[in-house]
Amino acid sequence: MKTLFDWLDNRTGFRKLTREALYENVPGGSRWRYVWGSTLTFAFVIQVVTGLFLLFAYSPSTKTAWESVYYIQHEMTGGWLLRGIHHFASQAMIVLLALHLMQVVIDGAYKAPRELNFLTGIVMLLMVLGLSLTGYLLPWDQKGYWASKVVASLAGATPVVGAAIQKVIIGGSDFGHHTLTRFLAIHAGVLPGMIVLLIVVHIYLFRRHGLTPRQPVRRPDVAFWPDQVLKDSVACLAVLATILFLIVSPRLFSPDAPLGAELGAPADPSEQYSAARPEWYFLFLFQFLKYFPGDKELWGSVIIPSLVMGLVFLMPFIGKWKLGHRFNMGLLLAILIGAAGLTYLAYAEDRQKPEFQLATKQAHASAERAVALARLRGIPESGALTLLREDPLTQGPKIFARSCASCHRYDGHDGMGATPSDAASAADLKGFGSHEWLAGILDPGHVAASNYFGGTKFKDGKMVRFVKKDIARFDARQKEHLNKVVMAVSAEAGLKSQAGADSRDTTAIEEGRRLFAISEMRCAECHQFRKKDEDATAPDLTGFGSREWLISFISDPAHERFYGKRNDRMPSFGKEHQLTPREISLLTDWIRGEWATAEPVASVKR
Amino acid sequence: MDSPPDTPNPDRREFFKKASAVVLGGIAAAVPIGAGVPLLLDPLGRRDTAGAAVHVVNIDSLPVDGTPRKFTILASRKDAWNRYDDAPIGAVYLRRLEGGKVQALNVSCPHAGCFVDYASASRTFLCPCHNSLFHLDGTLAQKSSPSPRGMDSLEVEVRKGSEVWVKFQNFQAGHATKMARA
Repeated sequence: MKTLFDWLDNRTGFRKLTREALYENVPGGSRWRYVWGSTLTFAFVIQVVTGLFLLFAYSPSTKTAWESVYYIQHEMTGGWLLRGIHHFASQAMIVLLALHLMQVVIDGAYKAPRELNFLTGIVMLLMVLGLSLTGYLLPWDQKGYWASKVVASLAGATPVVGAAIQKVIIGGSDFGHHTLTRFLAIHAGVLPGMIVLLIVVHIYLFRRHGLTPRQPVRRPDVAFWPDQVLKDSVACLAVLATILFLIVSPRLFSPDAPLGAELGAPADPSEQYSAARPEWYFLFLFQFLKYFPGDKELWGSVIIPSLVMGLVFLMPFIGKWKLGHRFNMGLLLAILIGAAGLTYLAYAEDRQKPEFQLATKQAHASAERAVALARLRGIPESGALTLLREDPLTQGPKIFARSCASCHRYDGHDGMGATPSDAASAADLKGFGSHEWLAGILDPGHVAASNYFGGTKFKDGKMVRFVKKDIARFDARQKEHLNKVVMAVSAEAGLKSQAGADSRDTTAIEEGRRLFAISEMRCAECHQFRKKDEDATAPDLTGFGSREWLISFISDPAHERFYGKRNDRMPSFGKEHQLTPREISLLTDWIRGEWATAEPVASVKR
Repeated sequence: MDSPPDTPNPDRREFFKKASAVVLGGIAAAVPIGAGVPLLLDPLGRRDTAGAAVHVVNIDSLPVDGTPRKFTILASRKDAWNRYDDAPIGAVYLRRLEGGKVQALNVSCPHAGCFVDYASASRTFLCPCHNSLFHLDGTLAQKSSPSPRGMDSLEVEVRKGSEVWVKFQNFQAGHATKMARA
């Protein structure tokens, strides 16, 4: 063994190198305040290691980026942990950078002859921010996509060269496959490679000029090994423990919270995500920009941040003046306090915005839905976005909010959870066609309420009069009959939610169908039901609430099968091309509760 | 390196420091690596499930003289996150035998997985990569063949007197025995 080491040492000189590395002098003894550089290096190594592992499973294209990250996060062994470490270590790096910078400035470690050391450090800081910006987009989820679009647009607003720079970085006029391949090349190749080179220079310069001891030096010098190494190791372990804690901490508050880094819904260029925000450590810039509207924007996005960075670069030279060090300390303090204040304002503003809260909530819901659908069905070649675009549960509420909620409600809201300012002027469609919904419309106390006919011209019509006068006087036997009629009509819809009841109550339903026609119940006077009636004046109840019935109704409620000339304001969405056939079926399936639901968790394949 | 003189057992103290530094640093370095290895080895835990039998063709389409014909097998397939319906998952040679029976051979060469060609002049199967030669029934046609075994036969069934159903499966190449690919 010794001969082998001798041979190696003879060829490489590793013993001397190790000795130099380990027995660097630490003037004044080891100290906790010297650990920041080591923890930063450690965090960077974590990023390189976990990033390399992630590269084994990541696929950069608009049809596979979200999909492969979904697969890492939810299907691959330990993927959530790996991705969680990569995500939170990136945040730890930002914090550690700030601490390292503070320690260097406070201790005056940037002064001559260590100017270059300081400058390489600041360049690396900017590169780490670049890593963060590029990494944010790679999962190709809604928040990364829209936040990156903002950054790209800001870059594009730079005079003269902006548009060209933007086009080169995103690989075209708009975000696409090449945005991802380019961001990945920058994120996993260019920047880490340059940082490695600069770390070598940075550490070489650090060793050349030695550590800047905290004054006054009270204790004897020691060697780097083992005293300072031990402190560094403990600090690195603490950083790691914090990262691991952040990965699992959501579970402390809710037992089924997702572990690790968040993955939003797949990026959808047609679906503005109004809760798009940059990572928390860029929030101060985001907030800063708000104070520079219109043609002043460039000041907030480029000029002032560049001037401040310029001052930071000049710190070693400013530090040479008599009051230079105090100026630098003041500058750093001002930047930190300013950033903290702006970050607070950004959060405070969002907290008071109901639209932001709602958008965040919807984003979580649609992210969960995308994952559920991917698990349930596998992802088609066209990508995960297709799953959401063809999903009634995702699209139904949006179509409803856009096209129906100006008159209708769904469980009191507009489908998406917001309450429109105008009062409802048509029925609430939650549970449309169900036993409960029909029982409500036949209830004298409810029929003219705003969630049924209250807002329509039918509130003074025959049906309301019938319910309020005749049904109100029904005796127990008649009420029993009416209940069977309700069962029969609601069975027409064939709702998933009532499948159990419909197959159980076949006798009562048969009875209800017969009772519908008897003159005492009066239904058949106006309505047609399961047999042709030329004189019918009210909507045909054959197949009431079924998929076909509802699609036809939404397409053309003024058709003589439905309201005919009596139709009250409802547009013929299909006939007038206000909604496409696809949108009408998605809306119908959503109202009817027809969407893919998760199998029991046990049967979901790992 | 010198410890203050008032410290008891300076050697033990120093050793403790060194050991702690190595252990703690080692743990810190091991965790990110440890988190990645399971993902790297993830494929080992996944099985290539042999699909159910698929209806490939009707027996009337196969030449009566026993000349083999090649057919692509379409089936639903999962590739990591993607699911494909009716995607090509491989190909078979089907050959009509005496008595209304059919022979099915996987077209992959058991040597290195190249697709084997049918040489009509010699009525043999010839692999274009390393010249492995097979008889029509799939057995080896050379004394020393690059291929360690004959072509892989597949389960085949003629249903309703005419429908040819094949249970398609891939086998591990490069071994003398036919083993299902895990």
